[in-house]
Amino acid sequence: MLHVLIAAATLVSALQAVRAARLLVSALWLAGTSALVALEMYLLGAPEIAVIELSVGAGLVTVLFVFAINLTGEENLDAKRMMPKSLAWGLLFIAAGLLLYFILPEINQVTAGQVFGSFPEIFWADRQLDTLLQILMIFTGVLGVLSLLSEQDSHRPLSNKEHGK
Amino acid sequence: MTVSLPTVVVIIVLGLIGIGIYALLTTRHLIKVIVALQLLVKGAMLGLVLAGHLTGQQDLGQSLAITVIIADTIVAVIGMALAVQVRRVIGTLDLRSLTSLRR
Repeated sequence: MLHVLIAAATLVSALQAVRAARLLVSALWLAGTSALVALEMYLLGAPEIAVIELSVGAGLVTVLFVFAINLTGEENLDAKRMMPKSLAWGLLFIAAGLLLYFILPEINQVTAGQVFGSFPEIFWADRQLDTLLQILMIFTGVLGVLSLLSEQDSHRPLSNKEHGK
Repeated sequence: MTVSLPTVVVIIVLGLIGIGIYALLTTRHLIKVIVALQLLVKGAMLGLVLAGHLTGQQDLGQSLAITVIIADTIVAVIGMALAVQVRRVIGTLDLRSLTSLRR
């Protein structure tokens, strides 16, 4: 029952994140989705990831979103669409149908496999290359944050006059 | 009718991925695109954790999900830095304005 409630709340807040007209509201709904996903992960027995998701997904990313929205300002482009709604729905139904066809019949028949080791063992010993790549990615992210922060120096209202400069 | 736990979680996963793909396909706002990507990746991540839960290899699922979290956060940060620069240089966050090719 609890899982069904969490599922409903997650999907509603994800929908609101996409539908909200104001970007700030959208970012807050995204944080809510993130927190609910973290709760579901905790209930599935993955507390380490749940904590990281809650602090990074619902905390850090939301702060960065608010910061970026503050810098770029609100701009309402909801009326314009990348492609017709019907085409998007069609593609979505094809993708969802294929996923359901392949996943759902077998999802209740999955059995436990061989256990490879504890979390630190797998993370630090078996997947060393991945860990190194993650450190590299974190440096890339730091450069991204620096680029975001450096905008503060030239803090002034953005105008359309700069268009095409 | 009782719904099994894996089915409920698969519905969350598919819902998040579906909403993410739909938003990616339709929105023209650069920051909304990042929101859509975040939703999509959260679905994928929950799928990894569910797979770990079902096969009894929770630690493997978690160690894969941590990679996804880091990659996803970096993508969001880079995307937002890009959005700020695009807004500064072009003056709008409309994805269609980014192209220099005339349609």
